[in-house]
Amino acid sequence: MAKINNTNDEQRLEVLKTYKIYVGGQFPRTESGRYYVVKSKNGDHLANVCQCSRKDFRDAVLAARNAFGGWSARAAFNRGQILYRIAEMLEGRKSQFVDEMTKQGLSLKQANEEVNLSIERLIYYAGWCDKYHAMASTVNPVASSHFNFSSPEPTGVVSVLAPDDSPLLGLVSMMAPIISGGNTCVILASSKYPLSAVTFGEVLGTSDLSGGVVNILTGFVDELLPYFADHMDVNAITLSDQSESQVTLAKEKSVFNLKRVFQYKNINWITEKGQSPYFILDLQEIKTTWHPIENIGGAKASY
Amino acid sequence: MAKDDKKDNTLKLKFDSARNLAPAPESKSIAKIKPQYELFINGSFVKPESGKYFDTINPATEEKLSQVAEASPADVDKAIKSAKSAYQKVWSKMPGKERAKYIFRISRMIQEKAREFAVVESLDGGKPIRESRDFDVPTAANHFFYYAGWADKLNYAFPTKTPRPVGVASQIIPWNFPLLMAAWKIAPALATGNTVVLKSAETTPLTALMLAELIQEADLPPGVVNIITGAGETGAAMVSHPDTDKIAFTGSTDVGKIIQKAVASTHKKVTLELGGKAANIIFDDAPLDQAVEGVINGIFFNQGHVCCAGSRLYVQESVYDIVLRKLKDRLETLIVGDPLDKNTDIGAINSRGQLETIQKYLKIGVQEGGEIYQSSCPLPKKGFFCSPTLFTNVSQSSRIAQEEIFGPVLSILTFRTEDEVIEKANNTPYGLSAGVWTDKGSKIFNMTTKLRAGVVWANTFNKFDPTSPFGGFKESGFGREGGLHGLMPYLHLD
Repeated sequence: MAKINNTNDEQRLEVLKTYKIYVGGQFPRTESGRYYVVKSKNGDHLANVCQCSRKDFRDAVLAARNAFGGWSARAAFNRGQILYRIAEMLEGRKSQFVDEMTKQGLSLKQANEEVNLSIERLIYYAGWCDKYHAMASTVNPVASSHFNFSSPEPTGVVSVLAPDDSPLLGLVSMMAPIISGGNTCVILASSKYPLSAVTFGEVLGTSDLSGGVVNILTGFVDELLPYFADHMDVNAITLSDQSESQVTLAKEKSVFNLKRVFQYKNINWITEKGQSPYFILDLQEIKTTWHPIENIGGAKASY
Repeated sequence: MAKDDKKDNTLKLKFDSARNLAPAPESKSIAKIKPQYELFINGSFVKPESGKYFDTINPATEEKLSQVAEASPADVDKAIKSAKSAYQKVWSKMPGKERAKYIFRISRMIQEKAREFAVVESLDGGKPIRESRDFDVPTAANHFFYYAGWADKLNYAFPTKTPRPVGVASQIIPWNFPLLMAAWKIAPALATGNTVVLKSAETTPLTALMLAELIQEADLPPGVVNIITGAGETGAAMVSHPDTDKIAFTGSTDVGKIIQKAVASTHKKVTLELGGKAANIIFDDAPLDQAVEGVINGIFFNQGHVCCAGSRLYVQESVYDIVLRKLKDRLETLIVGDPLDKNTDIGAINSRGQLETIQKYLKIGVQEGGEIYQSSCPLPKKGFFCSPTLFTNVSQSSRIAQEEIFGPVLSILTFRTEDEVIEKANNTPYGLSAGVWTDKGSKIFNMTTKLRAGVVWANTFNKFDPTSPFGGFKESGFGREGGLHGLMPYLHLD
């Protein structure tokens, strides 16, 4: 039988990837049918990326809300294992990310740093999943005869505007504390460097992470920010390097259902400042529980 | 037992005699209310720039108690500048242990004057003396005492972080727990090194002004705490003032949203303690008598003027009839009347405006098909009073099951399964508190975990303590007051 021709790299016609979005564990295209072109530093065409719409965002919120009950109820230990699994999957596909980021114009050093630190960061937060409770919980010595304790619970569905200039690490650094705390999220990827965010969706898709826990959209901040901020079924919004006016708009729109708003501005994600259990606690609500303690006979025994 | 009683297996109790107790009024003579109060700014009492005053009345008699100054934006500016100057020159430089001593001193002085505070609180706000005497005032003193101790221990609160005060805190409090809310606001702010401008509510300014006098007597450095009086405009001026670094507000969700929007373009730190529509859930295995007591306390404590009041009762169908009968019986024993009488269970509604709001909801409840049941206890001829009220035949979508009434009105609904009641209880934009009654431990923890609320009471209700964080999920606001978590809203963590 004759050997199939053109199997060496120089002669072979490359199979191009369609960059789609990641919603509810699936990879649909934007419902709007719109796209924008991402070019390399030299101006070569790299990809037609989905320009997501309000409807895409709403679909993603629905997926995130549906995933919230299951994800928040998972054992913290299990969440930790899944975050670790994401790191494992990313490690295995390192070269693909480096390749993609250098094509988009990052230096090789920067691209390596983005991927390596993203893996480290996922492991960092994998470890926190079953530990931040101990840091933020209290047993409160109330004066009445009650047992009283306070502990953190996830805020709910979080919308995220990832930083523009740190295409993978910025996204991972904002996502990991959200999901390690049991929340689910919808992330708008860097519009400048969206490719690695889309590919990261594929990593998530193969990591035992239930569909809908993380949803990744591509598109433009100016168009989508109002919806990220005013959706009534989103409980919190986290911003990064958006402009003052964008942040003000987000805060104003968040008032409708009193979203929690956090901006992580000028954070150099490659430093130690880019990771902290306090990022997890930002998106936790403290719940205090009371129960009476029986206080009769025999309590005075001094054994 | 008579024959008729045996038939429906109930024992008709007679409660009329309980209401015929001899009057047992607390003496008013201990309350030294001045005819007029000024604004407490920079350590002294000053007249308002506007020269305007407004009356504060006793809601139980509609008689004028005193008149208090109306702070204009110019007065607000003066108060905030004095707070800023005290922050920069004195309070932020003072070692924590010295701050602590001032706060401890305030706590002890409240204890000294506890009876006077309690009487004035009941006169000005209408709450039963038993509550102001046994709950509001001692809890306020305890709150200062608790946070005083934190002042020199902040470095232990947040591992790896260096806490730093925020600056000038503008604090706006409601009329339902006037002194206690002032304590909840002022104590953690001072302990963490901030200075304060506090505005009391329009209808209940007197105990906050007494607290101002006490603070003056305690020799707190001038400007560290400023206490002003006024209405919505005064509060708006505080919120928008450029030297306000931190806003702490307790009140309605509507006003909370206005505040949040007003500061959207600034970096002011905000905490909001807003409305609620708490679900109180009785399972068929609950100790029913205890549960009924908890339900009564949950909705009628402080005339129902409580943001975390258990205003939606969910009863498991199998015990609905018996719970309803017990509730009605218990309702009959409640004494509505003179707030200063030690036998009074339910005092006066705080203001005419609030009484009208409650009456509006009673009409809505009936119009929407609810069945109303009210106690037969006669109401005083004068003053603002409302009979304790139960509504049955309420649907999940009824306005009286969705909206905060802030009065002695309980909506009663039923459920069959645990899943159903979790869904119903969480189906509200609010998330401040919830209650669950069952004898089964594992069920308690399932419920307390799944209820989306900041405070969950299991087999108890409406309990508060300085060490216990309080605050809401969702549209009930954000930030916590009380406990370790109550420090966070007043600190930057570097």
